Amino acid sequence: MALLDVRNLTVDFDLGAESLRAVDDVSFTLEPGEALGIVGESGSGKTVTALSIMRLLDPRARITHGRIWFDGQDLVTQDESAMESIRGRRIGMVFQEPMTSLNPGYTVGEQVAEVYRHHLRLSHAEARRRTIEMFERVKLPGAREMFNKYPHEFSGGMRQRVTIAAALACGPSLLIADEPTTAVDVTIQAQILSLLGQLQRDMDLALLFISHDLAVVSELCTRAAVLYGARLMEVGSTDAIFTAPRHPYTDGLINSIPQRGQPLQGVPGTIFDLRTPPPGCRFHPRCAHARPLCHRDVPEFTRSPANTPGERGHVYACHYPLDSSRG
Amino acid sequence: MAAPTKRMIRYTLLRALQMIPTVLLVTVAVFVLIIIIPGDPVLSMLGYYADDVTAVPHEIYDRMFRELRLDRPIPVQYLYWLGDALQGDFGKSVVFRVPVIDVVLSRVPATLYLGTASLLIAIAVSVPFGVWAAVKNDTWVDHLASGFVLFGIAVPGFWFGMIVILVFAIYLGWLPSIGYVPPQEDFLRFLKHLILPATVLGLDVAANILRFQRTDFLDQLHQDYVRTARAKGLPGQLVIWKHVLKNSLIATVTVVGLNTARLLGGSTIIETLFSYPGLSRLLIEAIYARDFPVIQAVVLWMVVLVVIVNFFVDLIYAYLNPRIRYATA
Repeated sequence: MALLDVRNLTVDFDLGAESLRAVDDVSFTLEPGEALGIVGESGSGKTVTALSIMRLLDPRARITHGRIWFDGQDLVTQDESAMESIRGRRIGMVFQEPMTSLNPGYTVGEQVAEVYRHHLRLSHAEARRRTIEMFERVKLPGAREMFNKYPHEFSGGMRQRVTIAAALACGPSLLIADEPTTAVDVTIQAQILSLLGQLQRDMDLALLFISHDLAVVSELCTRAAVLYGARLMEVGSTDAIFTAPRHPYTDGLINSIPQRGQPLQGVPGTIFDLRTPPPGCRFHPRCAHARPLCHRDVPEFTRSPANTPGERGHVYACHYPLDSSRG
Repeated sequence: MAAPTKRMIRYTLLRALQMIPTVLLVTVAVFVLIIIIPGDPVLSMLGYYADDVTAVPHEIYDRMFRELRLDRPIPVQYLYWLGDALQGDFGKSVVFRVPVIDVVLSRVPATLYLGTASLLIAIAVSVPFGVWAAVKNDTWVDHLASGFVLFGIAVPGFWFGMIVILVFAIYLGWLPSIGYVPPQEDFLRFLKHLILPATVLGLDVAANILRFQRTDFLDQLHQDYVRTARAKGLPGQLVIWKHVLKNSLIATVTVVGLNTARLLGGSTIIETLFSYPGLSRLLIEAIYARDFPVIQAVVLWMVVLVVIVNFFVDLIYAYLNPRIRYATA
């Protein structure tokens, strides 16, 4: 059974006079110990999807449709106190901005130790000991001395290690990382990614990794889901998606990865306003392969047969998919 | 804990040392008060209004002249005055004919009781109410808080005080309208006399604090660290009272500090309205009576109080915001 099974998730924002659909009928699954990357541009619904799983959505947002099965429980129907016992204990989350996601008024040690005290009812001394252990695990140099430091004394990379330590403190089975390396330097980015990869293997952690960067996702994740304009475009193993993308948008994303000696290519045009989504396939205004059908009908999901046994296949929503045999 | 504690002690000592020059400057200003008052200081000290030297017998004038050390250079006069003041000797009150320090000390407790009681009422009302209003942003609770702030700021204290006296003292007859009873004499009557002025003063200050508390708390509620704290599974109440409150208190402490100095110095209007024998009323009486030594001592008390309260406010800042500790130490 999948650890996480998101089915037809739909999230609407009520903005007073108008409303918009930030996540539209998104489904995917995540097996225990597996790493799934969610890729898309800003506004594609990646973060809203993650916050829906945590049930930490903005008060104006509402899950209007769908189910989020986590370990056999539907998170959509859990009440706040049930969610509090799941957050931080069974699902950890790391956010994008390490500079602001820690509380400036408390030491970094306290911000991890409180998780142990709250969820595992550990004493102050025991929580402190476990926190220092966790700091060593996320490779904070001089873990013992770090306990009493304040966030402002840390660099972005070190703060991100602290938030990872806090998220993993109670040994959750799922870690959601929402663009954890977007706000740090490129060199630090590589360190954080390899740390996440190592922790994922060591702790047998399922990882939901959210990024706008397909290259980063391919490094860390075995599977990837591509979102565009609140809808899912393509899901499959990163290998399949990279070598033989079926959706033109995925192909565009791959071509936008900078390569040495190659001129930079992007996806032409810009994402539409979510308040006024285009009819038919949402990507058709920017798609080089669009035909009249794409303007009219929303494409159904097509499943291409799994190439190897045990692989869960490759799903895409396109009327005129790219040839799978090329590349 | 070693490192943060050491830094805090260092910061406290540094900040305490900084008070010394400030207080010295204040004493210079208070001393100069007597010199810059128009007219002959001897006559002023003796309580005469006109500069008519002949109205005072020679021997008395000369004795006063020497007692005030007016025959010495001004800096020397100041040093003598400061030396005396440090020993609690501010001279004799012109009106009461007793040492100034005794007059002032007889009024200090009343003001301290009133100030402390008002402050406690103000904090007890404003902080929880401010947090509640921010958490329930844009609901009836929030609107009620806004109404309270508007009322507290727009309605003058003396008017509200009169209404309160009218309702609770005169119509209902529940509480005395004026006066003060020392607590050691009769504690119950002391409380009864304290309730009305402390409430009027406290609610006025509460409105001020609430305004800042609500805005700052609301601002903090939308910070990223709040989402992180909730993602760690901490219950909403813990996030509010531990994580958000500490950061939101920085602005609140500033306002509380300003008001503390004001309250412990005594509120002129409220003390007058309730015939409450505090320092403010002493100051007013002394000004009317041209009792300069008393004015000097009361003003010095009020200013030194501001300096001391600011010192504690700075310590609280450093506790709330660790960056301050590090910047100085």
